[in-house]
Amino acid sequence: MYELRAVDKTFPGVHALKAVDFKVNRGEIVGLVGENGAGKSTLMKVIYGAYQPDGGNITIDGTTVRFQNPRQAMDHGIGMVFQEQSLILNLTVMENIFLGYEQQFVSFGVINWKKMADAARHQLKKVKLDIDPSTITSELSFAQRQLVELAKVLTLEERVDGDLVILLDEPTSVLAKEEVELLFSLVRELTNRASFIFVSHRMDEVLDLSDRIYVMKDGEVVDVVNHDEAKVEAIQHKMVGRDVDKEYYREQKQLPYGDEVVVSFDNVSMGRSFKDISFDLRRGEVLCLVGTEGSGREAILRTVFGLDTPTTGTVSIKGKQVTKFTAQNGVSSGIGYIPRERKIEGIVAGMSVYENMTLSQMGNYSTGGVLRTGEEKALARDWIDRLAIKTPDVYKDCGGLSGGNQQKVVLAKWRSGGSDIILLDHPTRGLDIGAKEDVYEMVREMSADGAGIILVADTLEEAIGLSHTILVLKDGEFQKRFDGSPGDKPSLFDLVHYMI
Amino acid sequence: MADVTADPAQSKRLFPRERIIQWAPLLVLFVLLLLFPFFEWLEDFREAKDHIYLLDSRFFSIRNAARIAMSSAPALMVAVGVTFIIIMGSIDLSMEGTVSVCAVIFAFAFIAWGGTILSWAWLAIPVAMLVGAAMGFVNGIVHVKLKIPSFMASLAMGFVGTGLALLLTGGDRIRVEDPIFRSLLTERWFNFPVMCYVALAFLLIAWFIQSRTTLGRNFYAVGGGEELAHASGLNVERVRIMGFTLAGVFFAVGALLAVGRIGIAETATGNNFMFVSITAVVVGGTALWGGIGGVWNTLVGVLIVNVINNGMVVIGLPGWVQDGTLGLLVIAAVVMSTDRQSVSFVK
Repeated sequence: MYELRAVDKTFPGVHALKAVDFKVNRGEIVGLVGENGAGKSTLMKVIYGAYQPDGGNITIDGTTVRFQNPRQAMDHGIGMVFQEQSLILNLTVMENIFLGYEQQFVSFGVINWKKMADAARHQLKKVKLDIDPSTITSELSFAQRQLVELAKVLTLEERVDGDLVILLDEPTSVLAKEEVELLFSLVRELTNRASFIFVSHRMDEVLDLSDRIYVMKDGEVVDVVNHDEAKVEAIQHKMVGRDVDKEYYREQKQLPYGDEVVVSFDNVSMGRSFKDISFDLRRGEVLCLVGTEGSGREAILRTVFGLDTPTTGTVSIKGKQVTKFTAQNGVSSGIGYIPRERKIEGIVAGMSVYENMTLSQMGNYSTGGVLRTGEEKALARDWIDRLAIKTPDVYKDCGGLSGGNQQKVVLAKWRSGGSDIILLDHPTRGLDIGAKEDVYEMVREMSADGAGIILVADTLEEAIGLSHTILVLKDGEFQKRFDGSPGDKPSLFDLVHYMI
Repeated sequence: MADVTADPAQSKRLFPRERIIQWAPLLVLFVLLLLFPFFEWLEDFREAKDHIYLLDSRFFSIRNAARIAMSSAPALMVAVGVTFIIIMGSIDLSMEGTVSVCAVIFAFAFIAWGGTILSWAWLAIPVAMLVGAAMGFVNGIVHVKLKIPSFMASLAMGFVGTGLALLLTGGDRIRVEDPIFRSLLTERWFNFPVMCYVALAFLLIAWFIQSRTTLGRNFYAVGGGEELAHASGLNVERVRIMGFTLAGVFFAVGALLAVGRIGIAETATGNNFMFVSITAVVVGGTALWGGIGGVWNTLVGVLIVNVINNGMVVIGLPGWVQDGTLGLLVIAAVVMSTDRQSVSFVK
């Protein structure tokens, strides 16, 4: 009934969806899997109307439709249950359920709360949630909020004539095991009211719940598997399915690493983020943390840098146990942190190239608080040459540089300050191929210089290609350690197997 | 090699937004300087008097320029102080209270220690600046350590200051009649009173702090990206406290010039500084959300505000028109400097 034919979507520099065919039948649960960046989220956004496709068409029961925004999609019976829960926490449950559709309860400009509560109770009954509709949403558990979200989408039933298609984006990521079971049995029962599209990183859950599974890779649907024929390993192979290019990742430049331990984790845990993590990072080593979103990779980087304080365990930097976790301490013990979104956390837009480069080391370029700007500019010119940063001059506003060049400025900032422990969080995200290769080159150079590097890579290929050591994490727990000396690297499949 | 993130539309435009915003305040000032003489000329033309445009203008004369400069000087000091705070992305509304307290304490100390600069009374000047610094410091501590939004913390501190000034004076006016101190107003070099040169000197100091010191750089870093400043090892809390302290010192200098101009210190000395200084900073082109702008912008802003006030008096418009015009100007300035595409909600 709901069908996409040859849908195409291109963003500047990225062909996100390539002639994707996708179909949902009445009462069906369809799974959607793929690596990060395979195009799943773009496809979903096209389905619920947040993006307009560049090519192809969308039909409902044979009629072609075109949505300008999610509201129009909802009017055609397509609802989305968001991964980041979209409920407004300081409102009541019923206000959330009917948010934006209060008009039906209004008479003479006043909301009839009793009528709304009754209507909300009817919706909550559909998801078997027995709570007072006037409860403030923040008092509910995560699992209950998820159900309220589902109830909110199910109000479409009364508003829309045709059938419903409901997208579930990672609905289980915040739920406990029993709660997942409850949700699944509920979804199965609800198939008499609606069809579902189920997106999850957890392969076993997708296999368990879905009638058919779409496998995506690089913006294409590479396979459609029926429930009965689905096997975890076969699907994982389809998801990754290509060989690593040794040349691309400068594998021939990978040198053996040194003996001196620069960062040591001994049974470190932090809240709900990660548990009992131990590892040693040595000079010249590139250590890669691999796992899905929320597996604790970023939290570990933040802890090494000093932005977060662990609850238990011992962290040592260059042989000294860390007692006070602050960013200042991190910087002064030689740690450079290159966070994920450069625009937000990497450079200060509005400040010039040279000002950004010395931001973390102004002490070295000032006397009694007065800056020696001549030296700053000399340093900036030197690094602009060394890293081939494309900028007209050192005064250029850093916010006006391209992503790759901003990234180089960030690297120059830490390297010029003598940082020898470098934390890289998705250093190549959003960069084009040429800029990526520059970053790989820099990683190799830093490692040859004796810097210890902890990397959270953008793709698994990158992780395998660049690193000496790979630690696989799942739900904040250590799974498996791989040694990746050149020519003897683990395969993508080895990693995926332990990740999900 | 094609860059994914480069925005080709931006580089193509002849006058990009940024450049227009950068020069708009100066352009406005320039237009105002030519506009008011035009109104004068128009008036005389209607009455069929001889009037050569610009040359016969009462507004466009050295005497009037000195008058504008004189009324700008104290406000400029206060506005420069608050500029640093706004660059950090915070706001300081304590200026009226701080100015009053500094003025009153200065006057008391000055009279108690001899009443003339030639005696120990000169010490009252550094004392007033220390008082300003102390009030700014408390302001910063309240804001940072108790985590109270800066506008609320500083507004409250401002009221405390006004109350304190009233407590100290009991509502009396204190006269400072030392001729040497009053020479700030009475002595003129090249037609301009000494206080204008003092203000200029402090403006240069502020510029030095802004462009040549780690503190100034830190203000921009905190305003441009607080998270990043923190992740680069900057002690953001200390930068904020130091910013408020520095602003307090400049408020004190503003208080000294204000006392020098009228020869009287009282609770009301601080009146009107809040509206004028914030208006001046915003109209000058310093962005309210931090990171962009500087003390030269503020100079232009202060001049715009005072030129409008003065010009309207010269061409004889009532006071409410002046207030209304300044209010509209503030809205226009914020509208121009806000990139509405990147800001979805404003609270």
